[in-house]
Amino acid sequence: MAAYLIRRLGGAALILLGVSLVTFFLLYVLPADPVRQIAGRSATPETVESIRRQLGLDQPFWVQYGRYLWNLLHLDLGRSYLQRSEVSELIWARLPPTLLLMAGAIACELALGLTMGVVAALRRGTAADNGLMIASFVGVSAPQFVVGLLMLYVFAVRLGWFPIGGYGTFAHLVLPSLTLGILGAGWYSRMMRSSMVEVLRQDFVRTARAKGLTRRRVILRHALPNAVLPVIAMIGIDIGIFMGGIVVVESVFGWPGIGQLAWQAIQRVDIPIIMGVTLVSAVAIVLGNLLADLVAPLIDPRIRLR
Amino acid sequence: MSLAEPLRSGAAQAPDGAPVLSVEGLSVSVATEGGSRPLVQGISFALRRGETLAIAGESGSGKSITSLAVMGLLPANVRATAGTVRLGATDLLRLPESRMRAIRGDRVAMIFQEPMTSLNPVMTVGAQLAEAIRAHAPLPRRAARARALDALRAVRLSEPERRLDQYPHELSGGMRQRVMIAMALALKPDVLIADEPTTALDVTVQREVLDLLRELRRETGTALVLITHDMGVVAEMADRVVVMKDGRLVEEGPVARIFAAPRQPYTRALLAAVPRMGTRPPADVPADAPALPSAPPVCTLRDLTVRFDIGRGLLGRPTHRVHAVEGVSFDIRAAETFALVGESGCGKSTIARAIAGLVPFAGGIDLAGHELRGQGDVTRAVRRDAQIVFQDPAAALDPRMRVGDLVAEPLVIHGIGTRDERRATVESLFERVGLSRTQLDRYPHEFSGGQRQRVCIARALALRPRLIVADESVSALDVSVQARVLALLRELQDDMGVSFLFISHDMAVVDSIADRVAVMFLGQILEMGTRAQVFGDPRHPYTRRLIEAVPVPDPTHVRPPRDRLASEVPSPVRRRDDPPRRLRLRDVGDGHLVSEPGPPGEPV
Repeated sequence: MAAYLIRRLGGAALILLGVSLVTFFLLYVLPADPVRQIAGRSATPETVESIRRQLGLDQPFWVQYGRYLWNLLHLDLGRSYLQRSEVSELIWARLPPTLLLMAGAIACELALGLTMGVVAALRRGTAADNGLMIASFVGVSAPQFVVGLLMLYVFAVRLGWFPIGGYGTFAHLVLPSLTLGILGAGWYSRMMRSSMVEVLRQDFVRTARAKGLTRRRVILRHALPNAVLPVIAMIGIDIGIFMGGIVVVESVFGWPGIGQLAWQAIQRVDIPIIMGVTLVSAVAIVLGNLLADLVAPLIDPRIRLR
Repeated sequence: MSLAEPLRSGAAQAPDGAPVLSVEGLSVSVATEGGSRPLVQGISFALRRGETLAIAGESGSGKSITSLAVMGLLPANVRATAGTVRLGATDLLRLPESRMRAIRGDRVAMIFQEPMTSLNPVMTVGAQLAEAIRAHAPLPRRAARARALDALRAVRLSEPERRLDQYPHELSGGMRQRVMIAMALALKPDVLIADEPTTALDVTVQREVLDLLRELRRETGTALVLITHDMGVVAEMADRVVVMKDGRLVEEGPVARIFAAPRQPYTRALLAAVPRMGTRPPADVPADAPALPSAPPVCTLRDLTVRFDIGRGLLGRPTHRVHAVEGVSFDIRAAETFALVGESGCGKSTIARAIAGLVPFAGGIDLAGHELRGQGDVTRAVRRDAQIVFQDPAAALDPRMRVGDLVAEPLVIHGIGTRDERRATVESLFERVGLSRTQLDRYPHEFSGGQRQRVCIARALALRPRLIVADESVSALDVSVQARVLALLRELQDDMGVSFLFISHDMAVVDSIADRVAVMFLGQILEMGTRAQVFGDPRHPYTRRLIEAVPVPDPTHVRPPRDRLASEVPSPVRRRDDPPRRLRLRDVGDGHLVSEPGPPGEPV
C-alpha cells in the first residue's frame, strides 16, 4: 500500500510538471501582452520596457520557466500582476466556496444520476425508461450557461424559491450545484442504466432470487453495489470536467470561487493567477482520481492496489 | 414464514411413497416478436423423498427451463402456459410471488452450473450464507452466522471459520460450488435442484462434489433433481431418469432400465454417442504399436518452459512467478494424435500457445523442420505449419464476417492463390468438413455449435498445416455433435496425414481419439506413453486418480471405495528465488515414461 501510494504520488509529480510546462509555454506564445495590461494604454515605451524587465518577461522562455519551477518547489506561486497580492493567498481564499460547490454538484449528480439509471434499468423498455433517457440526453447536451440562466429565471426570479446569486447559505448552494451536476447526472444515469442492466443478468442475481430474497434486497444488496463500480471510477475524471464548468457556473451565479478568479485573470492576462489556478486544478484532478482508485477496493474486494 | 409452515408439515408427513414434487403437463413458452414459441411441452414427472431424478438432454432440450419454471425464476418473457407443479399439495405455478418467495430457498433450493459467477463477488461468503438463512428463519445475526458455519462444515469445506469472512474470488471453483451447496441445503429443503452442478469443474473436483451431494441426500432426505448432459453423472447419481429432447419428454424410467434397455431411438443414440473409457480396443490403430523410427517428428518440444512474472514491489519489480510450463519435452509424430490431459491450470493450453507463438517461451520447439528458440522465431512461415482450433467456436469466429471469408482469411494473409482459386479451395474445404458450399456466404450466428466448430476446423486446414492444435475443441459440444466432430478429425487424419495435439480435460474423449497421451500437473509431465500404456496401465498415482474420477456411464459399475480427498491443486505461483523441482521421467518399459513421485506439490 505504501509502495502503491509512493508510486502514484511520484506519477502525480510528473503530471504536474507536464501541465506546468505546457501551460507556461502556451501563455508564453500567446499574442496578448500582460505588460500592456499592467502599464495601461498611455504608458511610454520606456515604462513598458522597465515593467517587462521588472517582471523578468524579457528573459528567454527557459529562464522564465526555470525560475517559475524553482519558486514552485518552494511552494511560491508568485504574485498577481494586477491584484498586488500573492497568488497562493488569492487561491486559498477562493478554495472553500469552490470545494463546497463541487461537493454539492457531486451530490446532485450522484443522487440524480444513480436514481435515474437504476429506475430506468428496472423499467427497461417502458415509457419511464424512455423518458428518463431523453431527460439524461438533454442533461448531457444542454450548455451549462443556458441551464444556469434557466434555473435562475424559473426558480429564483419567477418562483422566488432560491436567491438569485451570491454565497453564504445552503439556499445559495442549491441552484449552482444543480446546474453543475446536471451534466454529470446525464452521463451517470446512462452509465448506471447499462451497468445495472448488465448486472441484473448475472448469475449471482439469479442465486439471490433463488434464495428467496425480496426484490428490494436483491436490487439494493446484490445488484446495486456491483453496478455502481464503474461509476465510482468516473467520479475522479469528473473533477476535471467540473473545472471547466465551474468557470461558467460561478460567473452566472456570482459564486466567489476559483472559477471567477480564473475568468478575471484570463481577461486581464494575469499569468501567475492563470498558472496557479491551472496547477491547483491539475492537483484536484490527480487527487480525485487517486481517491476514486483508493475507494474502489473498499467496494470491490477483487481489486488490489499495486 | 407463517405461510410456509403449514405447507412444510404437509410435505413432511407425506408417506414415503407419495411424491414431494410432482410436475404434470408442464408447458413453457417464450414470447418472441413472431409470437409465442414453445420451449417445453407437456412434461410430467414426480419426485419422492430422498430420491434422485436426473433430467438428461442436450442443449436446447428444455431441461434448464423446466427447473427454472419449478423455481418460479423464469425470465420476464418466458412463462408457464399449462400444467401444474405441485410441492406437496401446493401448486407452485399458481402461487403469488410473495408466497413463492417464502418457498424458494426454504423448501425448494437450487444450485447452478457456474460456481465462479453464481456468488456475489462483493459480499463475503458468510454474509451470503447468513442472508439466505435469515430470509426464511427469523434469527439474530449471530445465530445466523453460527448456522452458516454449520452449513459450511456440513459440506466439508476446509477451515470453515476462515471461509466465512472470505470473498468468493479467494476460493477455488470447487470450494465455491461447496458454498453454493451449503447455501442451498442450510434450511434443509424438501427438494434441491442442481442444474449442471459439476459441468464447470475439474474431474477430480467433480468426483468430490458428486460424492458430497450423494452423502448429503442420504443424511437429510432431500430429494434431488439433477439436470445434466453427462450420462456418466446420470448413471452414478440417479435413481430415475427423464430424457428430454426439443422440449419434450422422450423417455422416463429407472436408471438401470434406461441404460440397459432404452426404448426410444433417441435415448439409444444418445447413449451410443457417449465416449467411454476403456471401450476402444488397445490396438485398433497402427500408431499404438511402437512408432516407425524412420519418419521424423512433426513437432518436438525440448525442455519447454513458460513463466510469467507477477506482483510488483516498490520499484515495480516482479516479486513472484507463475510457472505455467516447466521443462516439458515430447514429440508428435506424423499423422499422430498426441493428447495432453490434466486439470485446469496444469499448463496444457499454455503449451498450445507457445507452439503458436502467442506467449514467450524458453527451451526449444522444433516445428516441421524449423528450430524455434523463442517467441520471435515463430514467424509467419512457421505459423503455416501449426494451426489452432479453440474451445468456443462462437468466440473464435468474427461475428461480422461471412464464414467463407473467415476460412479464406489464412490464405489471404499468406498471399496464396488468386481470388477464384481461394474460393475453390474454401469450397472444397467446406465439403471436406461436412458443410455445404451453399453456406459460404452465411454468418457464424446462422450455424449450430457443431457446424461452427467445423468452420473453425476448415479454417485451420486452409493452409494445409502439418500440425493442428485442438485446444478443448470438442468440450463445449453436445455428446452427439462431439462424436461426429471427433469422427471428422479421425477422417481428416487418415486422408491428409495431419498430426493433432489434442488438449482436453475429458479423459473419455482422449481415450477415444489419442494415440499417445501425456498427463500434466502443475506445468510438468507426470506420465507419458501410448494410450494403452497410460490408460490401461496407469503408474503414477495422479493418473490413477484422474482416471478413477471419471464418471462411468454404466449404473451397474461399482466404484472402489476411496478415501475422501478434499485436496486443492497447489498454486503454480512461487517466489522468484524459489523455482519448483523438476521431475525426472523414467522409462518403465516400451517408452512408457513415469515421473518419480513427490513434489511439485505432492500430486498424489
